[in-house]
Amino acid sequence: MEAFLLQLAAGIATGGIYASVALAIVMIYQATHHVNFAQGEMATLSTFIALTMIQAGLPYWVAFAGTLVVSFVMGALVERLIMRPVQHAPILTHVGVYIGMLLIIGNMTGWVFGYTIQMFPSPFEGGKPMLGGLFSSHQLGSVVVTLAVLILVYLFFTKTSLGLAMRAAAYNPRSARLVGIRVDVMLALGWGLAAAIGSVAGMMVAPIVFLDPNMMLGILLYAFAGALLGGIDNPPGAVMGGFLVGVLENLAGAYIVGTDLKLTVALVIIIGVLVLKPSGLFGRVVFTRV
Amino acid sequence: MLLEVKNLRAGYGPTQVLFGLDFAVAEGGVTALLGANGAGKTTTLRAVSGLIRPEGEVLLSGQRIAGLMTESIARLGVAHVPDGRGTFMELTVEENFRLGAYTRRDPDVAADFARMWEWFPRLKQRWRQQAGTLSGGEQQMLAIARALLLRPKLLLLDEPSFGLAPLIVQDIFAILRRIREESGVGILLVEQNANLALDLADHAYLLETGRIVMSGPAAEIRQDEAIRRSYLGY
Repeated sequence: MEAFLLQLAAGIATGGIYASVALAIVMIYQATHHVNFAQGEMATLSTFIALTMIQAGLPYWVAFAGTLVVSFVMGALVERLIMRPVQHAPILTHVGVYIGMLLIIGNMTGWVFGYTIQMFPSPFEGGKPMLGGLFSSHQLGSVVVTLAVLILVYLFFTKTSLGLAMRAAAYNPRSARLVGIRVDVMLALGWGLAAAIGSVAGMMVAPIVFLDPNMMLGILLYAFAGALLGGIDNPPGAVMGGFLVGVLENLAGAYIVGTDLKLTVALVIIIGVLVLKPSGLFGRVVFTRV
Repeated sequence: MLLEVKNLRAGYGPTQVLFGLDFAVAEGGVTALLGANGAGKTTTLRAVSGLIRPEGEVLLSGQRIAGLMTESIARLGVAHVPDGRGTFMELTVEENFRLGAYTRRDPDVAADFARMWEWFPRLKQRWRQQAGTLSGGEQQMLAIARALLLRPKLLLLDEPSFGLAPLIVQDIFAILRRIREESGVGILLVEQNANLALDLADHAYLLETGRIVMSGPAAEIRQDEAIRRSYLGY
């Protein structure tokens, strides 16, 4: 029983990481209705930037805030310089651009920061194991951070008029312009916010899996499974989905398929959701009258 | 004049649709653009609101707006209810209202919400419903309310009767008449149903393949047997 609880706790902890990356994916989806495959690589680059700031002697939370700002600017620039010119191109062009960015940003990160695996500090380190020894202090801390980010994102999209305008611009750009929304600004903002959220995910995951340029490769797949499972258009759903995937993956790995086939669990979830419930567990089915 | 258009030319890529239109909308007045399918009525509205780039002069209260971006023209006070209505189907009625007033920072927004509920009581009943689930008539009402919440100087209406049952069309035109009396907004109305349009309008222009072939006070055009027979078909 205790072994089971430990597996469950570990699942929730890794699920928190998947949840925050899933949240970044959903953010881009809310703003552009596309899924950015390079989200993980952008997050890894952000994490290296954070490490550089910490190594330069900045306190952790100052480096954390600085990384959020730098990542936001980086995301907005990617939209301006790379996505804007292909704005009206067919969907396959976009997929090509995302894959290109995945390779370029990934390799550029390795080229600049090197491929050695590095330690990344956790702001929650040094505490005793908590909740009956099931969670390390970092695991619990990163879950709390993920939930805090989720609440902020949720409030932003539902309660602020800027968040509403971003959703409107994604759903119907022409109508959005007719009510005076600057659609191009909304897109850049969406990319910036997603990159900032991704950087939080990167900084929370790096103390666990260690930092290297390919850190996010596997995680992105789990996060994508989580986003689909929860509903790609639903931020709270994506976070729930992320936690669920983490728990399922861990339990299946421990009791059913073994650690070698863990990644398969993510793929099975992706295919299962697409076949059985394309809108996800908590996704909104949109009605259209004809 | 609220809107003055001179020698307006526009089209889609190599296809020219409008060949030099001149027309105007008076302050608080209703101008109707009539004509058959393909005459260029919808294109004219798109050229005014900037959804397509026109050549020629478009003056809003004397200010040149031709060539500006749609969102800037909207911020200057032009609200366009396009063909297909331009509502946000995936969002709720309430969110559509909030988006209509998106550019406004004045304290009267709440009062304008209440005014829309008075004009369109059914929208208040549907407040938290997704716009895509509304009936056709309710969606048209939502589209008009969304546009009026911008508190525009000029309202562009593209076939408000399109695809609606005759009784609902009568409702909508009754509300438009009320809006005209109570709000003072200028309206440029495109409509296939000439009878309805001439009832509401004070001035009308007749379009044929991208040119204006006839214009005058709506009452006169209504009474002119020859125009009715040859252009309006009733």
